[in-house]
Amino acid sequence: MIASAYAVPSVLVFVTSALLILIGALGVISVRNPVHAALCLIMTLFGVAVAFVAQSADFLAAVQIIVYAGAIVVLFLFVIMFLGVDQRAHIHFEPLVGQRAFAGVGVAITVAGLIALMARSHWVTGAVSVSSKLSNGSGNVKELGTAVFTTYLFAFEATSALLVIAVVGAVLLARRERSTTSEEAPQ
Amino acid sequence: MNVPAAWYLVLAALLFGIGAFGLLTRRSALIMFMCIELMLNAVNLTFVTFARTLSDISGQAIVFFVMVVAAAEVTVGLGIVVSVFRRRSSTSVDELSEMKG
Repeated sequence: MIASAYAVPSVLVFVTSALLILIGALGVISVRNPVHAALCLIMTLFGVAVAFVAQSADFLAAVQIIVYAGAIVVLFLFVIMFLGVDQRAHIHFEPLVGQRAFAGVGVAITVAGLIALMARSHWVTGAVSVSSKLSNGSGNVKELGTAVFTTYLFAFEATSALLVIAVVGAVLLARRERSTTSEEAPQ
Repeated sequence: MNVPAAWYLVLAALLFGIGAFGLLTRRSALIMFMCIELMLNAVNLTFVTFARTLSDISGQAIVFFVMVVAAAEVTVGLGIVVSVFRRRSSTSVDELSEMKG
């Protein structure tokens, strides 16, 4: 019935991306080894990239793979290796009594409320094509570039400043404090 | 015809819920950062779905900026994790219970 209502390829793509996303996400929160969690995170990110391609956001899918799976997860793995793989963490040990149960109930209520709210309001409502129209069927790279460099130019410049600040902050945070004391020591 | 937007929105809500549950229950700071990434990706998926359904490029532009902010956030966050690990030899957030160095 579903296959007759919607094109079979789009249903298959959705099911593939949903499986990648959900299995990867469950892996991230359940495996003990942080390296395996990072690999599960890559699986989820690939699933999201598949969903992006299916919804004609080709450029964002490429950025998703390059920036998220390529840079952010590598940064995670680098830090994990730098700190040493810590498998001592006991997943089943709860310092707060009932933390897991409370978290589960709270998250279930939140997600159920979110879905119920969207279902009541016909999922997607609002004005169509306010800023710029998506091109039909293509990857929308041109439209995205135009929007980023015209409508969102200030935000784009602000993010460049943000990245510089983040890099300087990370260098300051991760630098060894010993280097300053060793310079002062010979005096 | 593409699958309805509701499917992707429910999928994104589930992904957000999984990420939030992991953030609330896991104690390794690294895993908590990964869960934040999951939640950010859920929101990105929602934005792209709305952009597709309403045929508006703004949703995709905002996802672009969310990705940049996520990259900056991970950089600073992992820097903090590394400097905390130097002092404490642990990434467990439970051992950071007092506000003194």
